[in-house]
Amino acid sequence: MMNDMSKIEQGIAVDAVKIQARGVQVFYGEKQAIKDVSVEILDKTVTAFIGPSGCGKSTFLRCLNRMNDTIDICRVNGDIRLDGEDIYDPAIDPVQLRAKVGMVFQKPNPFPKSIYDNVAYGPRIHGLARSKADLDEIVERSLRRGAIWDEVKDRLHEPGTGLSGGQQQRLCIARAVATEPEVLLMDEPCSALDPIATAQVEELIDELRLNYSVVIVTHSMQQAARVSQKTAFFHLGNLVEYGDTGQIFTNPEDPRTESYITGRIG
Amino acid sequence: MTTFVFAALLGVSILGYLLNRRAAAGLRADGARLHSLPGYHGLFSLLSTLVPVLVLILLWLVLQGPVIDHVVMSGLPAGSLDGLDTGSRQLILAEIKSIARGQIFGEPEQWKLDAAQRYLQLQQVSGWVLLAIVVILSLAIVAFARSRVGAAFRARHGVERIVSGLMIFCSTVAIFTTIGIIASLLFESIRFFQMVPITEFFFGLNWEPQIPLREDQIAAEGAFGWLPVILGTIVITVVALFLAVPVGLLSAIYLNEFAPDRLRAVAKPLLEILAGVPTVVYGFFAILVVAPAMRSFGASLGIPVSPNTALAAGSVMGIMLIPFISSFTDDALSAVPKSLRDGALALGATRAETVLNVLFPAAIPGIVGGILLAVSRAIGETMIVVMAAGLIASLTINPLDSVTTVTVQIVTLLIGDTSFDNPKTLAAFALGMMLFVVTLIINVFALRIVRKYREAYD
Ligand SMILES: Nc1ncnc2c1ncn2[C@@H]1O[C@H](COP(=O)(O)OP(=O)(O)OP(=O)(O)O)[C@@H](O)[C@H]1O
Ligand SMILES: [Mg+2]
Repeated sequence: MMNDMSKIEQGIAVDAVKIQARGVQVFYGEKQAIKDVSVEILDKTVTAFIGPSGCGKSTFLRCLNRMNDTIDICRVNGDIRLDGEDIYDPAIDPVQLRAKVGMVFQKPNPFPKSIYDNVAYGPRIHGLARSKADLDEIVERSLRRGAIWDEVKDRLHEPGTGLSGGQQQRLCIARAVATEPEVLLMDEPCSALDPIATAQVEELIDELRLNYSVVIVTHSMQQAARVSQKTAFFHLGNLVEYGDTGQIFTNPEDPRTESYITGRIG
Repeated sequence: MTTFVFAALLGVSILGYLLNRRAAAGLRADGARLHSLPGYHGLFSLLSTLVPVLVLILLWLVLQGPVIDHVVMSGLPAGSLDGLDTGSRQLILAEIKSIARGQIFGEPEQWKLDAAQRYLQLQQVSGWVLLAIVVILSLAIVAFARSRVGAAFRARHGVERIVSGLMIFCSTVAIFTTIGIIASLLFESIRFFQMVPITEFFFGLNWEPQIPLREDQIAAEGAFGWLPVILGTIVITVVALFLAVPVGLLSAIYLNEFAPDRLRAVAKPLLEILAGVPTVVYGFFAILVVAPAMRSFGASLGIPVSPNTALAAGSVMGIMLIPFISSFTDDALSAVPKSLRDGALALGATRAETVLNVLFPAAIPGIVGGILLAVSRAIGETMIVVMAAGLIASLTINPLDSVTTVTVQIVTLLIGDTSFDNPKTLAAFALGMMLFVVTLIINVFALRIVRKYREAYD
């Protein structure tokens, strides 16, 4: 019954909806971090997740590429579909899923390898490059998209851990886009960046939108307003409000959203 | 007597502690603002009594023996020691002492009985004097410490100074012990190299450490080339590592990355029990189980296997090293930040790819450090090889042969009645020196690598 209904709904929204989450609940042990969240993330759209610290933005984001699997005590209930396919289905390979749904983390985490190898890692394990020249090109293109090419082009074979925090973060963004994911999840990607690099990353996000779906967690209202078309406001594990960014920022329906945006709760 | 002395010291210093604490607490109750808490005033008294007087007691006890001996010997009736060499004098002294302990053999001369009497008297006097000195001195210190109690007195800093002095003393003891060990090794090795040419030791291909019992004996010359011996050590170490490194690494990776929590909770302690098994027990295992099994297996293939093989000893040593390597690997893998693991997984890497391409390279310095420490353990390991490897030094790298190792040779050279004036015994020190140098070099390497890896994520 449930299944039938979802199939019908899919039929209606199949060209626009990339990820559909329904009744998602996440528990860390006994503690519930996400309470019954339903949301539809559109293709070729930037969706911003905003909300006070600890409200479950990262947790929900990690559900979307099953990164929560790596936390033993974490349990996810509900139904999340990518292109209509249940990603928590036992038949789904989380490894394949993560190749399609890339992620940039809150803290930069370059591998202790050279800058080049950091970016080339994803394409290598997925066999995206047919030749060395091919790989070189992918690496260069990704580093350019990560807005870091000019800074590292002369030191591609030095360790990625030797870069500054902001450079490391852009390297991680380059690493994530190198695998050409269909959805890119970004958890506060700009929290370690200066305004110039932030502007560059925002430009990248805007560019990615042409082909992919991007979900970005941010604490900056301005950033959410600048880059996103859709905004979801989380509070204490609930999805309080979800809608067009313009709508949320100018005319929020829920009083909690309004107080958060205007800075009264945080 | 000494028990009394220690008890007296302890009693007085505790008294000092209580006195000072009470005094300081009293001051505070009167409204004074103390620089240090009353407990520190007490501790100041306790430590400044305990430490110096304890040192005095120890010095006294060390010096008392020789001094009394000297007084007794010089007090013997004139002429009784005439014409005797040091050895015989020592014998007489020993006899006097055993008489003093009440063990009388035969009919000792009267002057010996007198001397024993004097010996006992002197000991008693020394004991009483010590007790008196200790009591008086410690009371004096307690009184002095009590007089210092006051609002402005910095007892806390005093305690600090005494404690740090104590720590310096302890670390000096450790350092000097090391220096002493090295010096004694070096000294005896130099004596060895005065008897055996250095080139023979380092480049000789034979190890037959005999010495002629009679001047005209045939084959009187022993051979002291260390190459076969060190080669045996190397063969056994290599065999051990061939077993321990893959098994240790893979089990650590499995336990760290793949095993469910419940299995890990059981398997890890079990693995670590291996590290607690005494090496003698590994030795049993090698001779009773591994060596016969290898021999019969070899026989069934038609390969001759000697009863003591490097393979048996080495593989049992390898088993001993497994927990060593696996716990080092485990630590190194756990020290890799979780964010790196997440980063690789989020790119769509499988768990095996994550381990091999990201975690392992990040952990490799720590793992190498662990392996090098395991190597120096393998080189220094004695018991298993004594029991399972053999005693004949043969220049071979065939692990199915019986070989001997540096440690085994040191043991056999020094077992039994030995005198330290011939190359046979002194050779043990030369071997020990070399072993020390080799393990030192490996340890230095290991420590440097481990340190480098500690800095990697800061
Ligand atoms: N690994 C974990 N184990 C247990 N509880 C966790 C874990 N990770 C997160 N939580 C809990 O889940 C809740 C949501 O955390 P989450 O990291 O999703 O918040 P967030 O919205 O991303 O906050 P921030 O803006 O500070 O990053 C918090 O209460 C947190 O304590
Ligand atoms: Mg977060």
